[in-house]
Amino acid sequence: MTESTSAEQFGSSRVKRGLAEMLKGGVIMDVVTAAQARIAEDAGAVAVMALERVPADIRSQGGVARMSDPDLIDSIIAEVNIPVMAKARIGHFVEAQILEVLGVDYIDESEVLSPADYMNHIDKWNFTIPFVCGATNLGEALRRINEGAAMIRSKGEAGTGDVSEATKHIRTINGEIKRLTSMSRDELYVAAKELQAPYELVAEIATTGKLPVVLFTAGGVATPADAAMMMQLGADGVFVGSGIFKSGNPEQRAAAIVKAVTFYDDAKVIADVSRGLGEAMVGINVSDIPAPHLLSTRGW
Amino acid sequence: MTILSRVGTRPTETALPAGLRVGVLALQGDFREHAQVLRELGAEVDLVRRPEELDRIDGLVIPGGESSVMDKLARIFGLAEPLKAAIRGGLPVYGTCAGLIMLADTVLDGMNGQQSLGGLDIAVRRNAFGSQTASFETDLDVAALGDKPVHAVFIRAPVVETVGPRATALATLDDGRCVAVEQGNLLGTSFHPEITGEYRFHQYFLQKLVAAAR
Repeated sequence: MTESTSAEQFGSSRVKRGLAEMLKGGVIMDVVTAAQARIAEDAGAVAVMALERVPADIRSQGGVARMSDPDLIDSIIAEVNIPVMAKARIGHFVEAQILEVLGVDYIDESEVLSPADYMNHIDKWNFTIPFVCGATNLGEALRRINEGAAMIRSKGEAGTGDVSEATKHIRTINGEIKRLTSMSRDELYVAAKELQAPYELVAEIATTGKLPVVLFTAGGVATPADAAMMMQLGADGVFVGSGIFKSGNPEQRAAAIVKAVTFYDDAKVIADVSRGLGEAMVGINVSDIPAPHLLSTRGW
Repeated sequence: MTILSRVGTRPTETALPAGLRVGVLALQGDFREHAQVLRELGAEVDLVRRPEELDRIDGLVIPGGESSVMDKLARIFGLAEPLKAAIRGGLPVYGTCAGLIMLADTVLDGMNGQQSLGGLDIAVRRNAFGSQTASFETDLDVAALGDKPVHAVFIRAPVVETVGPRATALATLDDGRCVAVEQGNLLGTSFHPEITGEYRFHQYFLQKLVAAAR
């Protein structure tokens, strides 16, 4: 820490949101070991997400999914130079306190883990470390931002390899933002009520036409084409969870997805990087998952 | 100079010669923020991802982001070598944070095999402050930009550890560490004027373009 300068300000919204700004146009990859973190960094990930089991395994093995072991997180931080994110359970502010002292760069308050509180999310303003939170629609995104989230990720349905929910969520969020920009003030009061979000945030978005924080997409991205599609739909960047390390050739797939995100609007590059990647993750159709096992409905 | 006369305020008109084209390296990072600042200053802006896109620009901004990712993509897509040649040939380039690392002749604490484009006679330490909780904002005195301090945001920022004889320090933290440098047509800052509404560094950079274009 450099606290020699009296006027230095740590943990401000600008500093928290700023790191997410620098991750834009990049791919954040789920990793469960230091060796996977090495592969992710070498492939060009802008950050890694440290967790104990990728969502596909959480889904197949069941049980309560919690924050990772601090030793695992330490080993991943020691392995890579890029930012390290880690997941805390929804509402589990002590897991968040632990992750902050471990020196991770961003906390994901994530529906992929088992929620610790079915009423409240973490009061993220209490922390110096920034948080990213999931959202399926604009109201949910704004409630998280109001609680202090410095980055939003559309949820999708993690651990499926089925991109349809990710598509739905990014389209929903951006569609609702567009709708706000066409509203008069009297309509915005009603919109705030319907979105269950603070009027001030709603009014701000009606003026700017975008979220005040960076918006990544997650949940079901398994191919370079999936990632590029999310970018064309307006995502600032992409999280890839099970899609890389549950595939046949993680190194090559990870590097291909990185290239597809940079050249998201160039079908020729995306075609080239899509060749010979081997088996994609097996995948489950979201429509085949019984409702109690849907992760995207966690969070309130 | 007319460009500097609008210090710290959003300019309403431009004193730039018509047709001056500034590239922003758009492989990864906050390139849209730089493009926006440059457009508001009256420049024509091209996002640059391919080697052939370097041919028509008069200067280049390398944005904030992840330097190791930019390095990899620049090499894979054939941008690194033409960019190095252009820098040697006098192309004005401004780098913020990751961009500063890309412009440094020497990178300390870089990734395995990380390369920079070079050009600035400096040694930069990557991520010199530690994890994100050590990121901060503060006011800096930058004599080259006038009396009003620069509000600077440092995000997992690099620091210039050694300023070689050909480079000049433009700003230091209170503890003496150098965070802004220039050398001929090259300019680099550890921090991000593009996200704080600070236009003076970009104006200062555009002056280099104007001078180089003459």
